[in-house]
Amino acid sequence: MNQVKELPGEAVAAAKQSPSLGNSLRGYVERLRGGDMGALPAVLGLIVLCSAFAAARPAFVTSINFANLFTQGAAVTLIAMGLVFVLLLGEIDLSAGFASGVCAAVLAVALSEMGLPWYVAVAGAILTGVVIGVVLGTLVAKVGIPSFVVTLAAFLAFQGLVLVLVDEGTNISIRDPVIVAVANKNLPPWLGWAMYAGCVAVFAAVQLLRARNRSRRGLAAEPLSLIGARVGTLALIAGLAVYVLNLERSRNPALVSLTGVPIVVPVILALLVLWTLVLRRTAFGRHIYAVGGNTEAARRAGIAVDRIKISAFVICSCMAAVGGVVAASRASSVDPNTGGSSVLLYAVGAAVIGGTSLFGGKGRVLDAVLGGAVVAVIENGMGLMGYGASVKYLVTGSVLLLAAGVDALARKRAAAAGLR
Amino acid sequence: MTPLLETRGIDKSFGPVKVLHKVEFSAYAGEVTALVGDNGAGKSTLVKCVGGIHPIDAGAIYFDGRQVQVNSPRDAGDLGIEIVYQDLALCDNLDIVQNMFLGRERRNGLLLDEAGMEELAERTLSSLSVRTVKSIRQQVSSLSGGQRQTVAIAKAVLWNSKVVILDEPTAALGVAQTAQVLELVRRLADTGLAVVLISHNMNDVFAVSDRIAALYLGRTAAQVRTADVTHAQVVELITSGRSGDLGLKNGVTP
Repeated sequence: MNQVKELPGEAVAAAKQSPSLGNSLRGYVERLRGGDMGALPAVLGLIVLCSAFAAARPAFVTSINFANLFTQGAAVTLIAMGLVFVLLLGEIDLSAGFASGVCAAVLAVALSEMGLPWYVAVAGAILTGVVIGVVLGTLVAKVGIPSFVVTLAAFLAFQGLVLVLVDEGTNISIRDPVIVAVANKNLPPWLGWAMYAGCVAVFAAVQLLRARNRSRRGLAAEPLSLIGARVGTLALIAGLAVYVLNLERSRNPALVSLTGVPIVVPVILALLVLWTLVLRRTAFGRHIYAVGGNTEAARRAGIAVDRIKISAFVICSCMAAVGGVVAASRASSVDPNTGGSSVLLYAVGAAVIGGTSLFGGKGRVLDAVLGGAVVAVIENGMGLMGYGASVKYLVTGSVLLLAAGVDALARKRAAAAGLR
Repeated sequence: MTPLLETRGIDKSFGPVKVLHKVEFSAYAGEVTALVGDNGAGKSTLVKCVGGIHPIDAGAIYFDGRQVQVNSPRDAGDLGIEIVYQDLALCDNLDIVQNMFLGRERRNGLLLDEAGMEELAERTLSSLSVRTVKSIRQQVSSLSGGQRQTVAIAKAVLWNSKVVILDEPTAALGVAQTAQVLELVRRLADTGLAVVLISHNMNDVFAVSDRIAALYLGRTAAQVRTADVTHAQVVELITSGRSGDLGLKNGVTP
């Protein structure tokens, strides 16, 4: 009785699947067929949109516009990165947009009216985010109000809070050089290249070390060819981006030189790495996926579900605060509309377009960045094409609906394939 | 031979309804003990009492000969009692290794020790001679019912458990997968664990168990060696609480 019978219709692999480039590719195609699209729609969408806009408006492919894309999309992307955590639990935070507005207003009041140094003001803004997250998370996890309702109420209340903070509608301008620099200044070109080299080197080293460690322990390790392809792709794309951003983009270079990677780019990258590490490599991140996948199983495994939920809302509101700071920096001011109008829907759209599921349990922080890029390209390209707000809203709404549709259909497909 | 797990005179009521009446139950190391009984006989309640989910009203639980208090699932886990529930409590969106270590992840400082967990999971699965999964990094959503049951059982075994209680492990499975899971159940006992198998299926019970404990309306009808009884006798014990000399002496009315 020590031999498992080979069962018909069931894949019984005698030898372990050998890890090679071809097998990894086949595995990826299998996952796509099974309905797990991942970031593919976002990447394809990005390519299609960029080609279309480039063909229609040559101005789209200039280096100045390329740099604009980053600063335009930064705030939405940062908020979307936080939203991923809440979406992973199968919850939603509709108040993230105005939460960023409240935090930005706190920053502005601290800087301009109280004259505090920038780091104190930023700490104040992020602390405000923490408080908002704790309140929302507690109402959802402990009291048990659906997150949709809690955050819809907060969405309205925070609009009021912003108005209170900015004295019923005045515009508070921000002149602190450090804060203004975040979204308006660039890294010196040499620093851009240095960071590029550092990032690629660290990425390659981490991948190689992990593969070596695993093969030494006799576990299936990724083949060098796959790691090489991955590092090569990153090096190529990032190198191209740094090169273009380091081109002179001032209209009058003799008067003022405008080159370099916008400062928000390393800010986004650092947070992307941080949150990816938290989600993928810590027990806390694992528990977030578990709660999103099967709350009851997580509870029985001894995971403090309530605490996980509250932390996800705290992270979401904190990232909204960071997004608010960047938005305030870009506008060099805060008014009652900061974080308002379409910011929230763009952020939810960014996360979902990137491949984060609205049903919970599936998604990555990188999704938010890719989706954020799609949203930024649409907004920017539409602007260049001379379309007004009406068309922008219509197109972004359609894209969000399309992404959510792809998500829902992928889930159905997975269910039909017996995968769920 | 002392039973590894033993309950003596357990009473349990939910409000006015008395569910368990002085229940006696023993499970021995290296054996499969089948726990049988009709719907509402108290099988699940008994298991939940042992697992620390329900507090008991009277009686005592003995583990390896000493009396123990099991006040929470954690106490049960500390003793080495693991329960695999019917709804398997696996996360579809996580892979096999991640599910097996869920809530008890191994860490290297702040970060997860993925390689270590994978190694241990692989060792556990191969010690159970599980060869039906393609890769232990496969998502649970892509597994068949039998494979899921296997993962759930392996998860229970991973923690140096001494008693593994399986609640209807084959209820939702086809013929081939049932055979696969029953072989695994047998192997668990052969490695020295005390296995308790709750089942409605007499074929399963006779295929793998060494002993049978029958409950009838919350009372222990009989505890017998499987070799000493027939199929028909066990069915009688389940349906009427007695069978010839076996079972409850005085008629019990529902």
